[in-house]
This record gives sequence, structure tokens and C-alpha cells, in this order.
Amino acid sequence: MSTDPSSSSAAAAEEISNKRKSKKPKYSRFTQQELPAWQPILTPRWVIAIFTLIALIFIPVGLAAFSASQRVVEVEFEYDSTCIPDSYKDNATAYIKDDTTNKTCTQKFIINSRMQAPIFVYYQLDNFYQNHRRYVKSRSDEQLRTPDKENDVSSCSPEDYVIINNKSEPIVPCGLIAWSLFNDTYKIQNNDKDLAINKTNIAWASDRNTKFGADVYPKNFQISGLIGGAKLDPNLPLSEQEDLIVWMRTAALPKFRKLYGRIETDLEVEDEIVVLIENNYNTYEFGGKKSLVLSTTTWIGGRNNFLGIAYVVIGSISLLLALGFLLLYILKPRPLGDPSYLSWNKNPGGLR
Amino acid sequence: MTKGRIRARIRRSHLYTFGCIRPSTTEEGGPNPLQLHGPGYSRTVYCNQPLIHEKKSLFYCKNNISTTKYNVLTFLPKALFEQFRRVANIYFLLAACLSASPISPFSPLSMIAPLAFVVGLSMAKEALEDSRRFLQDVKVNNRKVSVHKSNGEFVPKSWQRVMVGDVVRVEKDQFFPADLLLLSSSYEDGICYVETMNLDGETNLKVYPLDPSQILLRDSKLRNTDYVYGVVIFTGHDSKVMQNSTKSPSKRSTIEKKMDHIIYTLFTVLILISFISSIGFVVKTRFQVPKWWYLRPDNIEYQYDPKKIMLAGMSHLITALILYGYLIPISLYVSIEIVKVLQASFINQDIQMYDEETGTPADARTSNLNEELGQVDTILSDKTGTLTCNQMDFLKCSIAGTSYGVRSSEVELAAAKQMASDMEEQDMGSDLSNFPLIKGSVPQENVRRAGEIELETVITSKGDADKRPAIKGFGFEDSRLMNGNWLKDRNVDVILLFFRILSVCHTAIPEVNEETGVCTYEAESPDEGAFLVAAREFGFEFCRRTQSTVVVREKFSASGEVVEREYRILNLLDFTSKRKRMSVIVRDEEGNIILFCKGADSIIFDRLSENGKMYLEATTRHLNEYGENGLRTLALAYKRLNEQEYTEWNNEFQKARTSVGTDREAMLEEVSDLMERELILVGATAVEDKLQKGVPQCIDKLAQAGLKIWVLTGDKMETAINIGFACSLLRQGMKQICITLDSNAVTNDRLEVVKGNILNQITNASQMIKMEKDPHAAFALIIDGKTLTYALEDDMKHQFLGLAVDCASVICCRVSPKQKALVTRLVKEGTGKTTLAIGDGANDVGMIQEADIGVGISGVEGMQAVMASDFAIAQFRFLERLLVIHGHWCYKRIAQMICYFFYKNIAFGLTIFYFEAFAGFSGQSVYDDWYMILFNVVLTSLPVISLGVFEQDVPSEVCLQFPALYQQGPRNLFFDWYRILGWMGNGLYSSLIIFFLVIIIFYDQAFRINGQTADMAAVGTTMFTCIICAVNCQIALTMSHFTWIQHLFVWGSIGTWYLFLLIYGVLPPKYSKTAYQILIEVLAPAPIYWTATVLVTIACVLPYLAHISFQRCFNPMDHHIIQEIKYYKKDIEDQHMWTRESSKARQETKIGFTARVEAKIRHLKGRLQKKQSALVGVSSPTYT
Repeated sequence: MSTDPSSSSAAAAEEISNKRKSKKPKYSRFTQQELPAWQPILTPRWVIAIFTLIALIFIPVGLAAFSASQRVVEVEFEYDSTCIPDSYKDNATAYIKDDTTNKTCTQKFIINSRMQAPIFVYYQLDNFYQNHRRYVKSRSDEQLRTPDKENDVSSCSPEDYVIINNKSEPIVPCGLIAWSLFNDTYKIQNNDKDLAINKTNIAWASDRNTKFGADVYPKNFQISGLIGGAKLDPNLPLSEQEDLIVWMRTAALPKFRKLYGRIETDLEVEDEIVVLIENNYNTYEFGGKKSLVLSTTTWIGGRNNFLGIAYVVIGSISLLLALGFLLLYILKPRPLGDPSYLSWNKNPGGLR
Repeated sequence: MTKGRIRARIRRSHLYTFGCIRPSTTEEGGPNPLQLHGPGYSRTVYCNQPLIHEKKSLFYCKNNISTTKYNVLTFLPKALFEQFRRVANIYFLLAACLSASPISPFSPLSMIAPLAFVVGLSMAKEALEDSRRFLQDVKVNNRKVSVHKSNGEFVPKSWQRVMVGDVVRVEKDQFFPADLLLLSSSYEDGICYVETMNLDGETNLKVYPLDPSQILLRDSKLRNTDYVYGVVIFTGHDSKVMQNSTKSPSKRSTIEKKMDHIIYTLFTVLILISFISSIGFVVKTRFQVPKWWYLRPDNIEYQYDPKKIMLAGMSHLITALILYGYLIPISLYVSIEIVKVLQASFINQDIQMYDEETGTPADARTSNLNEELGQVDTILSDKTGTLTCNQMDFLKCSIAGTSYGVRSSEVELAAAKQMASDMEEQDMGSDLSNFPLIKGSVPQENVRRAGEIELETVITSKGDADKRPAIKGFGFEDSRLMNGNWLKDRNVDVILLFFRILSVCHTAIPEVNEETGVCTYEAESPDEGAFLVAAREFGFEFCRRTQSTVVVREKFSASGEVVEREYRILNLLDFTSKRKRMSVIVRDEEGNIILFCKGADSIIFDRLSENGKMYLEATTRHLNEYGENGLRTLALAYKRLNEQEYTEWNNEFQKARTSVGTDREAMLEEVSDLMERELILVGATAVEDKLQKGVPQCIDKLAQAGLKIWVLTGDKMETAINIGFACSLLRQGMKQICITLDSNAVTNDRLEVVKGNILNQITNASQMIKMEKDPHAAFALIIDGKTLTYALEDDMKHQFLGLAVDCASVICCRVSPKQKALVTRLVKEGTGKTTLAIGDGANDVGMIQEADIGVGISGVEGMQAVMASDFAIAQFRFLERLLVIHGHWCYKRIAQMICYFFYKNIAFGLTIFYFEAFAGFSGQSVYDDWYMILFNVVLTSLPVISLGVFEQDVPSEVCLQFPALYQQGPRNLFFDWYRILGWMGNGLYSSLIIFFLVIIIFYDQAFRINGQTADMAAVGTTMFTCIICAVNCQIALTMSHFTWIQHLFVWGSIGTWYLFLLIYGVLPPKYSKTAYQILIEVLAPAPIYWTATVLVTIACVLPYLAHISFQRCFNPMDHHIIQEIKYYKKDIEDQHMWTRESSKARQETKIGFTARVEAKIRHLKGRLQKKQSALVGVSSPTYT
């Protein structure tokens, strides 16, 4: 901005006289900042009412959530260390990497509370960084969706191509996520009867219908080089490979559960459950843990006491605040709009 | 054209004894660079041969001017450079540059789009502003002037085509197109009158006689002269006005400067957490990643490679710096700019700041400083044209010891009103209502608000009789003198003399209106004009001036007929600021030689003869009274001379006049002094220097708002003090501290002595203030320009400032434009508080540019001040609205807005950091790229903009009723570090709550009844939903004023988020990626998603809610109480309380109308009590 010499200013002055009439601002409530407005005031009554209301809503919701969580029956057992034969205890990695070793492992446990179908079967991994930036990016959504885009593997390195007969062939599904697919399997027996694990509809419908193509088949997957995790049936389209679909939804935290299947019969108290585990997945190298989880659900999902407790805590804090304000207000009331609280009345002699 | 001929015959230069002999350079206050004799500078101009200047190697520049910042070619690079001078923008530019590389955690689009949006918007604003300047230049360059072509033929040419050497003809009331050398004028002796208001702000016309050193400067205006011829010597950017125009510094508000510090703080935090996460990354990568076979550490990109840990660490640091960039609000600057432009448009649109008379609305010329308006501590004001209209009204006079004139001055009216209302309030009893003041002037029903001083109400309430004068310059009303009634007075001779002095003793020229036959006058000063108008109305119409005579038409002569009397002007001893008086020596028709003299009372009183002091006592009393009522006074005197006496003196005088040499002036003065002695006092005049409308009330309110007001004026000390009285900066009973120099001392003494003298005065005054016991005592500091020169020097300025700050009002008179700027700088830097300078003329430009905020008075002819200003208003009184309403609002709005901005970006940015700790510090964000783009640009920007534009803590009328609320700004209650850190703490708390609650709730178990567990998209989206809800609920709690716009923006933003999520999820997975169907299929059917959102939102705002509830209930601020009073309509139910509080809400002021009126009331009450005790019902003659 520069100071114009007044010659230009004089021009402006001329202009002013010409446009005199049109320069008057037009009146509207908007331009005069007089729009009707709601000006709420946090009077003590409102404050107490608001906090009470929060308490009244939060505490019941919290209790409901807590009781829902309590109704959930969850059985979790970690099998990574117990499924290693004693001879390999100090060398679990070698055991798991060795193709020749017997990986089958049997675990037993007794049901303590009745579990009503459907009972969800999860595998749980710990210290597995599915959220690592390299890992998250290492996939090709295009390739998964349509067979035409099978060469779209630029984001999948190093699991992008395999060399077959001196030719680079794209891997379908490419990338580290698919490559490291979880490959432990479970067979569950209840009182020596096999319990069917329903593995359909464990993935989101949108994934099955849209994101994983029904005409995309695994190709060149886990055939050479380093073998990561599970292999896929090349005759089954990706849209039906639900374990893969579930796995491909990367978890947010290094400890996560993924749905393995559903048991559609109830389990009674004192039922003895035997799980036959194919212990294939290498969590030993990076010190991860593996668990099998059986859980029922309610409207809040699986067992989640925290939500209910948090609601009750927030509700209680609100209640305390409401009581506190009430008490303060009774002990030390301030009449609303009492001018004696104005700063110039509090310290006579002005504000300075 | 008879008029012109008459005038052309007068060799006007003879009229002036002193005026025309002063070299013009002395007025410029420094060596004139144009002087040909000046060392090392000469300029050759070939008169009437303009083309030579192009051919020869002179290269004089063209006369077109350009004030734009950019042109078409330079706009892009220059404007971009300006944009990227902001640290934050450079950071975002670097981040955008890196976004294409694998280091960047985000997609290029998400980095570049917001930056392009933000920078583009700011640049568009620059372009718009510059194009306005360009259009104005074009208009000026195309103005027409008559240029000599050949053989005396003149053709119109546009200004830009005028060249050096051209001979131009400038007509009356035209501007000079370039710096001209005067060749001739319509007057025989080649003088012309020039108004230099555009250059120095002085409204008095300047006389330019034909002389090689007299340059007519570009942009001054030809006045009272039909035409002049001049040769162009300096064109375009060479002209003085262009050379003197300085680039005004770009100003930034205190809040913005502080905001920079917050940005730096945030950058520090950013760097800190980037280091933390890089260290975390290095540790993880070095010790753990080699075992994470699922990442294929054997075949890994360099930025994760554990084997090249240094490189990976460095590149991760860059990644982290970009990733946590959300801590720095990219849209902060652009949002603030949008908000300020809108705020400025509200200022421009304010209908109550529109001046009907000149047709000018307020104009916020820069929108940078809106919030600074709310933090002003000291106002430095120009006088002429700013406080006063420079129009005088003849109001009262004292003749032969009797005071005439019944109309009250503004000060009297206000005092009367205040008295009346005070009595009503205090119910002082019936005997007091007999008090003459109240009975006559103010009807009780019109006094509603005790504290309000609204003159307009008073005036209208008094009916038609007291309307403002219909005749410009004449406000006098007294039947004893009007319509020839004075003929019946017993002092008729003295009154006659009084009128004659008024009509003869001046230097004005009459202009007869040919239609009505009434004379109007072109006088050098408005006082003189007022005297002539008054004389005309009294029946002494000055109707003609010839070379040596003055003709006065007397309506009421002894014979009862209209007679024309001719006075021969023998000598005219004109007015100079040093002499403070002017005299004429005339011979009347009877052959008597009389000296008429008018001058400052102190000067005249010293020169009275023994028998001329008949009315001295009464006149002195009246003069004091007039002074108290804020009027400008002059004393009138005369002296009869006999022939011999005069001839002797005249010989001396002519000798002095014709003498050549340096002491000519001194000799003239001495001789004049000899004549102006032994005078006989006739009376005194009281002229009201018409203050601009509403000035005293405005000053009153500003004083109540706690603002200090300094007046800096080029006027002489007496005038300045008078104005000080008129606008209530000074009042009787105030202790005036005058710091001046004896004029002889300057020339005679050595510098150290002079300085010692001043320092002594300052120290003594400071001592006096310290010793003062009376808490009501008020001091006024009056200092003149010469003294100020010394007082502003480095070794003394702090003492001077210390003294000035202790005084209730400060008046600096006879200050040069440069000194105005220096004083402003001293106040600004010395006190560290915000200063506002207001002025109307070019002489105020320096001060306007120097002050934190410069305000120009627009609607007058000179626009230089406006061009240099940040805000332009048409009237001083609009300053109240500008500061107390707009300033107060804008300050609070911007302060709250910035605090909220930092809050929301901290709340959001830190969640990204926390997540890193759970993602192996790999630089993965839990949110979708699109969420991040939209966060700043769409989802949280509109509510905060609506806060910045529309928030009002109290309505505008309450702001005006409680000026003390303004103090929240200067005390900076809303942007202190306590509050800023509080908001940052709130942001930290919210980030922790949002992140950890969501993480724990969505930990590992199923979140749907169908057993699905939450993946990263679900967790990220839920977390983001919580952030959007929490920050928008937070801003709703921050606001106290909801129009439909705020409702729409706040709740609309939350709605927009869900709408976006819905639409984004419906898009094919190619675009929506992990967010495909996320709302419909994954989250919306999960009760836990909704319950978590509610829980997190409430948990986030709960502490703030508790805090503001507690503050309001138990530690309320002023605006809280006032809101409550308004809310419960207590102001309507209990008007008494409302009135009392709004009057108490004012600062304890020592200046301003209220203080003044109170002082007067104290005085009157004291008097009343005396009277009551004496049981006398007679009223004082003064107040009838």
C-alpha cells in the first residue's frame, strides 16, 4: 500500500460527489448486524439442568452397556507357546519354519458359562503391525477387483511379480498383506463331536460383492521365493476367499482379532471343548502372540466393559458437577444480573 | 464579470504589511529542494519548448503517475513472493513439493489442494485491491488542463501528456497538474491564492506573488484567482508531492504479531514430536523390524531399511514433519483474511457511520487492523478539520461591560441538561427546581437518561427558537442588539464603534451575490468571516473594497436611512502569530484618523491607556466566562489619532517599510508596536469554533471507555487551548502545565541552557503531580512545537513521556507534520500501547502512518490523509462507533477465533501423533486422506468463520451504553497467554480423550452384533466423527450469539460430515477405497459407533462447560452481567438501576464532557448554597 498523491485522491473526491447518492449503505438487518439471534445464557439453573440431564442419560446408558457387556461370554486362550513341542521350546522359529515338523496341536478347555449361538471364533494376534505404513500400502485394490488390472501391482513391491520361465508374471493377489495371510486352522470338538465352524459370511458383504472380484482368481500366489502365509485355492474366486478378505481389512492396532468363523450351536456349561490347531503361522520370529477366542455378542458387540464404565463415570462426574454447582449456588448465591458484580462496582476507582 | 474586474484593479500585495514579505521557504520548515541556489542542484527547463526535453539528454519523466504495487507481468512472481514470506506458507509449500516422493505420508492432492486454495484466495484479494488503485491512477492521469500550443492558443490536454516546459493555464478552483513556476495571474501584480490543503492540511489560503522561487505545487488548488499561467518544471514522480509520498508501512495488529509467536510455539512442538517419533521409529526399525518378516525386511525401501538406519531416520523425520503438519492450521491465515474482509464490509456498511452531508460511508481501507481497533489506548488527534469544522459562529459579545448574546454554547447546554437530570435523580427538593438554569432551558420530560449527553435532544426540545443559526457563521441572538434596537441603548456610541471595528478591521474581500444583493466574504480566516457576517447582520454591511478604501453600508444610522460610509485605509498592520493582533488605521468621512485594533485579550489589555480601562473589569469577567464556555475570544479596541501624530508615525513606518535588509521585519514590528498603544477597550467577541457534530459527546464516550486523547495541532497555542476547552479536553479548575520557551531564549542562549530549562520545567511539573493530594485533581499538559523539538530528543523524551502520561489531557500546538509523527512514535514505543492517529490533511499523513492505526477523515476535499489511512470515516464522532462497537467486537471475534483455531488443530494433529506410537512410528495415518483435506477446508472452517464474523457478546447499543466494556480490549483479557495456553490445554485434553477413548472402545473385540471387528478404516472414521462433533460442539459453547447463520454452519458442518461420509461411501471403491460403504454398511448399524461419538463428544466439552459455568456463576465478567441484565429484561423493569449502572460504567474520567459538566455542577451547587443561605432569589446575570 502506498500513499497516493492527492491528485488521485482528488479524483476520488470528484467521484464521491458524483456517486453521492449511491454510496449510502442499504439497510438490512444483516448488514447492520441486527439479525435476530438466540443468545443463551448459562444461568445456574441451566448449568444444573444440563449436568443433571447428562447424568440422567449417561448413567442408564452406561449401565445398559455394562450389563450387555457382562452378558457376553468370552473364552480366550493363547496357544503360541503351548503348541511348541518341548524339544523346540528354545527354537520355536526353527520349528515353525520347518516344513517337516508336525504342526498339529490339541488344546482343551471347559466352558464355564453357557454360550448361546452364534458363537464367533476369532484368531487374535499380538505385536503384529498390520498398520505399518509399508504394510498398509502394499496391496492393489484394482487388481483384486477386476481381472483386467492384474498387472496393476506397482504398490505391491516386493510381492509384485514372480519370475516364471524368465518372464515376470504378476502375483494375484499381490502385496505383503495377502502374502502374509494367516494360516493357522482350527477344528473344534465338543464332547468329542465335531462342531461345525461356519466360515461363510464372515467378511463384509460390500467386500465380497464389490471389492473382491468374482472373476478374479489367485495366480502365481505363494509359488516361489519366500513363502509368507497361507496359500489360496487357485480355483476359487477371490470373492469367495473370505479368510483373505477378512485379513485384507488391516487392523488399526498391533493387537487385533479377526473373525475365523461361527459356531451355530449353543455350548453348555461343563462342555469340554477340544481344539485341534494347525500351528503354521510364524509369530515366533517377531515375538507375537496367538490366541483363539470364542465369544458371543450383544448389541454392543463383544465384551467391552469399558464403554459402560466410561458412560457411568462421565455421568457420575456430571452428577457431581450438578450437585457441586447446586451446593455452591445455595451457599454462595449470586443474583442474576446483579450489577454489584460489575467490575467497576467491585473495585471502585475504575478499571485501571 | 464585473466582480473580476474590480478585483483585478486592486494591487492586493499592498494590503499586506507582513504577509507578502515573508519568504515562503520559512513555512516549509526546511531547505526547499527546489531552490535553484541550493548547493549541488539545478534543473534546466526550456520554457515553452517541451519537445527539447525529450531530445536532449535531460530525460525528465512523464507526468503520468502510477501508484500500483504490481503490473500484469510482475503480479504473479511478486504476489507469490509476498505469500511465501509467511513461515507457515513456506512450510506448506515444502510439504507440497515433497508430496510426490515416497517420503510423504499423504497423497500429493491432499497437500497441494489446500495450499493452492489458500494462496489463490489471498492473491485474488491482492489483485482486487491493486486494480482499484490502478483505476484511480487512470482517472487522475486523464484529467484535463489547458496547455499552450502556439500563438497564445491553449488546447486541453490530459495530465499525463503534460511535459516539462509546457506553459499551462490553470483556472479558478482547479488543481495544478504538476509543479509550476508562476508566470502571471489574473491580478495585475501577479499574485495568486493557493489552497494547499492537500499538501499540508492548512485551510488558510496562501498568497504567492510572482517570484522565481515560488513554485505552485502539484495538487494544490487555485483559489480566489481567476486564472494563472505557469510553466511546468517538475512532472509526474519528480513533483514534490510524489517525492514526499512515502510508502506507508504495512501494519499488523498486536494480535497477529502474538499469533506469530503461537505459530512458532506450535512449530517447536511440531519439531519436538517429529523428533520423538523419529527416535521411536529408529529404535523400532533398528531392533524390531528385522524380525518382522511380514514386512520383508530383506527387500525393503530405503525409508524403512533397518540396515541404512541413518537415512531411514532422516527421511522419517521429514515424513513426520509433514504428517504432524495438521498442528499448524493452514487455513488460519486465509480464514482470518476472509473474516477480516467480512468484518470490514460490516464497517463499510454501517449505516450509522454514513455521513449524509458529504455522502460518505465509513471505509475500512485495510482489513488487517480490525481487531486492533478494540485495543486502542491513546488517540492522537489533529484539530482543524477533525475536531472542528474550521467554521466559526459569532455567538456572544461584550460591549462596554455588558454581555450580549443569549444563545448558549454547546458546553452550557450540556451542563444545563446534566444538572437537570442529576437533580431529578437525587430528588433534591423543590427549592432547587427554582434554579434558573433548569427552568428555562431543559424541560424535565426530555431528560430521561441522566448519563447521556445528547445535545441534539436538548436543542430540539427547546423548540424553533433555538435552532442552529440559519446564517452560516452567525449564531448570535439578543434582541437588545438586533434590528437596530441597540440605538436605544445607553452605550450607543460604544456599540457603534464596536460594529465599526468589526466591519472595517480585516483583510477580506466581499463578493456580492447578484441575485439577492447580499454580500458574502472571502476571508483569510474563518474568524474574520464570522465577524463580517455578524457585522452585516447587525446592520454594518461591508460591501466594497477598493485599492485604498473600505465601504460599509450602515442600515441603522442616526438619520434612519441606509447610508454608505467610506473609510480610507491608511495603513494595515496585519495579523501574524507573533503579534497576535491586527490593526487598521483609517480616515473616516469626517476626516478623523482612527486606529481599529483586534487581538488576543492578553495582548490588548497590556496596551490599554489609563482611560481606556473603563470596561476592563467587566470585560475580563465576561472573557473568562466565554472561555469557560468554550468560546474563542478576541478583544476589540480603538484609538483616535490626530493628524500630526499620525504623520510622524507614518513617516517612520514608511521608512521601515522601504528599508532593505535583514532587520526590516523587526523594524516594521517595532514601528507597528509604537502605534498600537494607548488603546481604548471597546469590548470583546466570543466566537464558537464550531466543533464538528458530536465531537464533545464522542470525546466524552471515548474518555469513559478509558482512552487517552492527545491533540496535536499546527495551530497557535491560544486556539489550541480554546479548542481544548470546547471539546472538553480542558476545563476550568484543571491545572494547566504549559511547557514553553521564551522566544528570545532560543536565539540567545546556548543549546544546553535551553534544554536545561525545558528539563527543569518537566521535572518540576512531574514533581507537582506527585505531590498532588486531591484525587480529583486533573492536569493538562500544553506544549508547543519549538519546545517539543527539544523534548523529543533522546535524552529528554522519556521524562517528557512520563509527564505526559500522568496528565489527563495533552495538547501539542504548533507542531510540524514531522513532529506529529515523532510524538506518535514516542507514545507508541514509549508506552508500548496501541495508538490511533486521526487526521484529515496531508500534514497528518506522517502521524497516520506512524500510529498503529491511522484514521483519515474522508468527505473533505483533501484525500491524502485518507489515502494514507487504514480506516476512513467522514466525521470524528464516528470514531466512537468504530472503536467501541466494531473494535470491541472485532477484537473479541478475532481473539476467540484464533484461540479456537489452535485448539482444533491441536486436538486433531495430536491424535495423528498418538496413533504413530501404535503403528511402529511408520508414518501411517489412521485417517483417510480425504478426511484430512476436508478437516481444515470444509468441516471446521465455516463455524469458526461465522464466529469471527457474527459473534456479539453484547448488542451494539449496550456497547455504547457501557463504554467501559471496551477496556476488555486494551487490557487484552481475551488473548493473553493464560487464555491461549488454556485453549491449547483444552486441545491437548480433547486429543487425548478422543484418541484413547475410541482406541479402547474399539480395541480388539467385535463391535457389531454380527461379530465383525473394527479395522483401521472403521476406527479412523469413528475417531474423525468424534473430532468433528467435539470441535463443533466446542465452538457452539464458545459462541454466545446464534443467528440462523451460526446454527446453519455449526450444525451444518456436522451434518456435512455425515453427508460426505455417505456420498464418499457410495462412490465406487476405486475412489472411496477403504471407506467404501463405511457408513451405511459398517458404522451406522453399530450402536457402539453412536454411543462412542456421544460419549467422546461430551467427555471432550465437559471440562470447558464446567469451566465457563463456574466462571459465569462465581466469577462473572462484565459482559456476563450485562447479558444477564438484558436477558431478564431487568433494564426495562428497573430503569433506574440500568441508568445508574450505565453511567457508572464509565471510566473515572478527568477529561471529557462528563467530567467538565460535573466540575461545573460542583461549582454551581456551591454557588447555590451560598445563595440559599443568603435567602436571595435573584439569579446570577451570567446564567440568564
